[in-house]
Amino acid sequence: MEFSAFDLFQAVVKGLLTGMVYSLMALGLTVIFGVMRVVNFAHGEMMVVAMYLAVMSFAALGIDPMLALIPIAAILFAFGYGLQRTLINRFINVPEHMQFILMLSVAIILVNVCLVLAGPDAQGVQLDYALDSFEIGELLIDKVRVYAALGAVVISALLYLFFSRTRTGKAIRAAADNHAGALVVGLDVNRLYAITFGIGAACVGAAGALTIMLVQVQPFLAVEYTLLAFTIVIIGGLGSLRGAIAGGLLIGVSEAIAGFLLEPSLKSVFSFGLLILVLLIRPQGLFGKAA
Amino acid sequence: MAIIERLFGGVPRRALVGLAMLAAVLLLAPFVVSPFVVTVILLMFYFAYVGQAWNIMMGFAGQLSLGHSLYIGLGAYAAAALYMKAGIGPWAGIFLAIALAMAVGGIIGYLGFRFAITGVYFALLTIAFAEFFRILFDHIDWLGASAGYYLKVENRQENDPFNLRGSPTMFYYIMFGLVVLAFGLCRWLLTGRLGHYWLAIREDPEAAQATGIEVFRYKMMAVLLSSGMTALGGVFIAFYNNNLYPEQIFSMGRSIELLLGPIIGGLGTLFGPILGSALLVLVGEIMTDLTEGSQLAGLKQIFYGLVVLLIVLFLPGGVWPWLARLCGFDRDGERK
Amino acid sequence: MSKESKSGRGISRRQFAQVTAAGAGLLSMPAIVRHAIAQGNAPLKVGVLLPRSGVQAGLGQACQRGADIAEAVLNDLNYGVKIELLNADTESNVDIARTQAEKLINSGANVLTGAFDSGQSAAIAQVAEQRSIPYVINIAAAPQITEQGYKYVFRNFPTAPMLITDALALQKDLFAATGKTPKTAVLMSVNDTFGTAMQNGIKALFPKLQMPYEIVDVISYDPRAKDLSVEVAKAKATKAELVMPVSRLNDAILLVQEMVKQRYEPMGIVNPGAPGMYEQQFYKTLGKYSEFCVSNVPWLNPRSKMTPVLAKRFKEKFPNDLLELNVGFTFEAILIAADAYKRTKSAHPFAMIEALRATKIEDHVMVGGPIAFNSKGQNVNIKSAAVQNLKRQPVVVLPADSAAAKPVFPMPKWGAKSRG
Repeated sequence: MEFSAFDLFQAVVKGLLTGMVYSLMALGLTVIFGVMRVVNFAHGEMMVVAMYLAVMSFAALGIDPMLALIPIAAILFAFGYGLQRTLINRFINVPEHMQFILMLSVAIILVNVCLVLAGPDAQGVQLDYALDSFEIGELLIDKVRVYAALGAVVISALLYLFFSRTRTGKAIRAAADNHAGALVVGLDVNRLYAITFGIGAACVGAAGALTIMLVQVQPFLAVEYTLLAFTIVIIGGLGSLRGAIAGGLLIGVSEAIAGFLLEPSLKSVFSFGLLILVLLIRPQGLFGKAA
Repeated sequence: MAIIERLFGGVPRRALVGLAMLAAVLLLAPFVVSPFVVTVILLMFYFAYVGQAWNIMMGFAGQLSLGHSLYIGLGAYAAAALYMKAGIGPWAGIFLAIALAMAVGGIIGYLGFRFAITGVYFALLTIAFAEFFRILFDHIDWLGASAGYYLKVENRQENDPFNLRGSPTMFYYIMFGLVVLAFGLCRWLLTGRLGHYWLAIREDPEAAQATGIEVFRYKMMAVLLSSGMTALGGVFIAFYNNNLYPEQIFSMGRSIELLLGPIIGGLGTLFGPILGSALLVLVGEIMTDLTEGSQLAGLKQIFYGLVVLLIVLFLPGGVWPWLARLCGFDRDGERK
Repeated sequence: MSKESKSGRGISRRQFAQVTAAGAGLLSMPAIVRHAIAQGNAPLKVGVLLPRSGVQAGLGQACQRGADIAEAVLNDLNYGVKIELLNADTESNVDIARTQAEKLINSGANVLTGAFDSGQSAAIAQVAEQRSIPYVINIAAAPQITEQGYKYVFRNFPTAPMLITDALALQKDLFAATGKTPKTAVLMSVNDTFGTAMQNGIKALFPKLQMPYEIVDVISYDPRAKDLSVEVAKAKATKAELVMPVSRLNDAILLVQEMVKQRYEPMGIVNPGAPGMYEQQFYKTLGKYSEFCVSNVPWLNPRSKMTPVLAKRFKEKFPNDLLELNVGFTFEAILIAADAYKRTKSAHPFAMIEALRATKIEDHVMVGGPIAFNSKGQNVNIKSAAVQNLKRQPVVVLPADSAAAKPVFPMPKWGAKSRG
């Protein structure tokens, strides 16, 4: 079957848009790791919780996920903050496998709470504009994808401003760069860590609210999002904000291209292949600092 | 006799007696308990065995693998394909299974260690490879692709241990044998030079390198041993379940369930994988019973998750070290 | 009681003393404690194994609904036998399916049913065989399960080749009934267990069935796909007049959404025997775009006398859920067990096996001839129906003798008013 260069171009544009939402999701993971060296293996689960919150607010109050993402991000912030204060803070300086098991048990609980409360069936939001497309010349791009991508870009920009302009943001970066130093100058590192985890959770919350416009949610999607977020973050560089954004776009586009050139069912082989390659050639990731 | 000395030297008499009694109980159990209990204990054996194999890599040599389902899958498919395509029985097939798993494990280890990938990054490398192979096997039509690969079920009337065709009781004794062998092997390795090197590498790879230990070589040995042993677990799965699906055999869930046992039981200890696996299977069964009346599917897993969480919070070193201290068994050179 | 002491059983049925691992050479005779076996008026204990949690939770719970109303429906029908359900959750995991099957047998189950998934069903089949307990599979399409020479395993669900043969024949009927025939088709298949079995089956059977169209491309996609835009773009580029999805629910929704977004307007979307397009969430999410999709699948027979009874009980107990084939087949599995018990009046496994082999149920809920099993334990009388989405409901449109409405093909454009 022959495909025109135009078909490929259209796929790449969509891949870029999807990639922007991926980036936002991955930002949450990278922020947490970059600051406190904790790997959040319950990342996808938090995403799924956020997606359910968006479904509920739409079903009960008719709120568009684009608006609901603000309260949802706030709820996830509180959840992340609380989780860090109660559980994760005790696991900052333990070996990775202990963090892994801790987050895994949190993940098991979250997924199954979703299953018990929301049931196993896929759920989504029925927006009136869900199936509309923008038409630019020959190019057909669906509206929801554009909106979701725009939302993701705005939030990513805000996050960047937070870390570069605000006092708290700068303090968090200081604590990340030099833990002992931060303690010496009298920063409340525990509080900063909790805020960081909250921000990471808020990012994935916002990403979840945006993603529900594109995808139906069911509890067991979570594992896939966790894996996806990890792939992106490792490719971009674990702990690097720019890396997460670049990684998200790269995966979004490469999935689209691979789907076109290969059998679509093989496209995640491409992502994992890319991941293995990056790990071997540049283990710190494209934008990570060398260890 | 040197072997006996190495295996049993320094173990308190009480512990030896306890061990002998446990072995005797397990040997006799199938005569007494119901077939249901036999399959449950069999599941414990399986997890104890693969947990022990995983423990060599992580518990002894400090290399975190989150993709051990890869070796299970390779072992399972290798032995099943030989049996179905060439009529070669599993006892011969295990050699291919082991060789294949060791080859792939060796490549992953080589790449990982040569390129100095450690910690979380190494763990993710193992996941990436496992996922890679899952999707690959999903597309191998010769082995049924994602539609699954079925082994012919035959000789059901009589147990045929040479072809691993038979009842759960037969598998029970085979798995029991494997658990004992793996336990003995690990004990033997740990008390030898290799074990000391591994522990040195686990505690501080740089210091180990500085004292002249060939870190790369011993890490590779751990990976090869661990992947080869895990492949045997895969052969068991293939011939016990008689059907293989890449989606299930290479799944990340399988990797995770097999490492929970050793971590909950006590990482780097010999009894950890056994105790941890037994405990988790038991917790699973108890939770199933407790939530039986409820129509809420998922409730069991919530409680299961809570139990794991509590153990991690309150016994971060695992259950066995704590239990051993309680019983006064902790003089046998294991990780304290 | 040791099973050895019971005489009069053929070698093949006897559970032998277990020879142990090579080397150990231990001989053991498992003391099987048999529970009192139900006779006459005692209820038949049916062990129901379904994946109610884990990745297949949605489908497992849908099946469970069919089991949950079975007792009430049998009462309404004055069936004359009592059943008692013993439910177990397989957690979508083969190992757990196996231990749970053992557990149900231990708790006295006289017959097992389940488990929606082929892998889990194959594992349970082995337990049933080893423990000599009859097992009626509700849903599982892998042909291999009934090719293993099992004596205790019965399947009242079509295999993948059966599904395809029926579905493609129904396509021809559809074209004949509407007088419109597409010349090209694209097969879009999810690359999971079921999808691959179907894809292989279609490739093998297609040349023999002399279909009027040519399959111009086969697009196989990742079951975990969260975005099918590329896949649909590829399909659109083939300009195929017929889209044949072998999907599950989520991907079926994504597929249609993308077709609308990309304004791909084939003559029809007709699936060759796959789930997805008749499920409630499909209607809820897609609204008017769910209309006119056709699923050629085994379905509840609207003209059967038993179906309204089932439908009534279902509506009472699950007002918010849709009565579809998962419910129907799970109910029928229990019906089959109850029917055998009714005839033998003994829940003894050997009596039950004999009765199950002689099964001939004329009145049942699914489309097709009487339920009966061949020597392999497979019911070959199941027929598919063409089920079209009309007014947000799955409606049987073919075969004509079971139809509740006339088929609409080609389907109206995405923007058409007739979509409502």
